[in-house]
Order: sequence, then C-alpha cells, then structure tokens
Amino acid sequence: MSERRHTSVALILTLALASPLLADSHMAAAPYAYTALPDTKQEAEARDLMGEIRCVVCQGQSIIDSNADLAADMRSMIRQRIQKGEQPAAIRAWLIARYGKWVSYDPPLAFDTAPLWLLPLALLGLGIWLLAGRLKWRRS
Amino acid sequence: MKSFWRWLPLILFGLLAGLVTRALIFPTPRDIPSKWVGHPMPGFDLPAAAASRPGLAIRDLANGKPKLVNIFASWCIPCAAEAPVLRRMTLEGVEVDGIALRDQRADLDRFLARYGNPYRAIGGDVSSSVAIALGSTGVPETYVVDGKGIIRKQYIGQLTDADVPAVIEALRASQ
Repeated sequence: MSERRHTSVALILTLALASPLLADSHMAAAPYAYTALPDTKQEAEARDLMGEIRCVVCQGQSIIDSNADLAADMRSMIRQRIQKGEQPAAIRAWLIARYGKWVSYDPPLAFDTAPLWLLPLALLGLGIWLLAGRLKWRRS
Repeated sequence: MKSFWRWLPLILFGLLAGLVTRALIFPTPRDIPSKWVGHPMPGFDLPAAAASRPGLAIRDLANGKPKLVNIFASWCIPCAAEAPVLRRMTLEGVEVDGIALRDQRADLDRFLARYGNPYRAIGGDVSSSVAIALGSTGVPETYVVDGKGIIRKQYIGQLTDADVPAVIEALRASQ
C-alpha cells in the first residue's frame, strides 16, 4: 500500500513539475483579450464576429474558444475596432484579405466554396430519393 | 444494371473511406500562407524592443533597398536556431530587420546576447498587431520586402542554410 502511495506521490510531483518547454510568450494579455466591452450591444457584435473567425494557431477552434496568444490578440483587436465604431463585416473582410476565406467559419458563396453550400442540399435530395424509392418498393 | 445499384452504396462508402484514410496518412499542410504577399507592408511604427537596436517603422522599409523582415521572439525555440542563418545572410550584405512578437526587453536582450544579433533594427509588437496585419500565423516568419515596401515573398517557419541561396536570389529579384 505504502509503495503504491509513494508511486502516486511521485507521479503527482512529476506532473506538477512538468511545465511545457519554453514555447509561449510571457507577455500579459492584450486589454480586451479576456475582457468584455462595456457596451453590451458592441460586445454582442464582437462575440458574433469572434465566433466565426477561425484561430490560425489551433485550426479547429474559433478565436473565442482558443487559448492561443494570437487568438487572444485577435479578440482584443476585434473588440477595440468595434468599440471605435468599425462594422463587423469590414473587420471580417480585412481578416479575409490577410488570411484567406479559410479564416472565416461563414465562407461567402463563391465558385470555389460552392460545393460547401450545394453538396449538403444534393446529399439531402439523394437521401429523399433513396427513401422514396424504398418506401414505394415496400408498398408494392 | 440492377446489381450495380445494389453495390453503389458500398462503392460510395469505399470512396469516402479512401478519402478519409488518405487525409489521415497525408494530412493537409498546416501552413497558412499569407494572402497579403504582393501588397505593401502595413503602416506601423514599433518602438525599440531591445536595448541595443532602434525600433522599426514603415518608413525604414520603403527606402529603395530590398530587405528581409523577420518576425521572431525570444520565447520561440526555432528562432534561436535561425539566428546564425540570418547572421550568415547579413555577412552577404543582406539587411535583416526584426519584429519581436510579444517580447519583453530583458528576455530579448538575453536572447540576442546568447544567439547573436543579425538585426539592424528591432520593433516590439506587443499585441501582435503588425503580425495580424501581415497575415502571419506564428514565429518565425520571414518576409522579402522590396525597395518600395511591397512584400514579395513569405517564408513560414525556420530558415535553414539550405534556404540561403534562394532567399538571396529572391532579394536580388526584388531589386
């Protein structure tokens, strides 16, 4: 029993001491990275936009969900620009000009993004067609 | 014909499974190249980030001479490995300007003393504002900027000795 306890103490110590290798900034977060805007309407606009901007570091998350420094800085930038009265659509276009359509979770309908929009409809149509055929076959 | 329709779902499933397997074995590259290449450097005026070098502003870049702008940080490990490569390029007459991302002066001074200082000037980008305006996704990144301040090329990640001839050629082409 005591040996087992020693092992678990050693394990906890190892985990506590295992700090990740120096690979992140020690800089304090930007002013509006984790702080909401005082104006609730502006904050709601900012949150809507931040929820559809993809984090460029952890590429499966939106910047609102990401803990990456760059995502925090992007949140602060978006909130500050909205506070100054800039339109969310303009900020989104500004980011797309730099990172590509990829950076938005709400890509505009264009030639290269058409499959994204049309394929679900096509698949739904296929599903209905298959189902209809199957139901008819059952009835007969 | 009837047997074809019977096998169609399995064939479709096989195609889908093939796609997924391929994506697992050969993941799409995670590098996101900047769409801002070909555009002018963003207007910026960054304060000095290190004790021994001046800050960096847009007017330093559009001065007729092509140069490299390297985004780096003292907390970035590949940047330490990249420092000697940048040094070697300065010996060939290349001007390297630095943008230190989210860095503190004491950390940066220690980094430069330890790994060498190839930079003519180093601006401190504490809130990543210039990095975001460049479409940058991390450190290190190196931009070839021509004499008019237009970005000609972006290198994502650490430059190695093998990249030196190509980088120098890209600078010559931006003359």
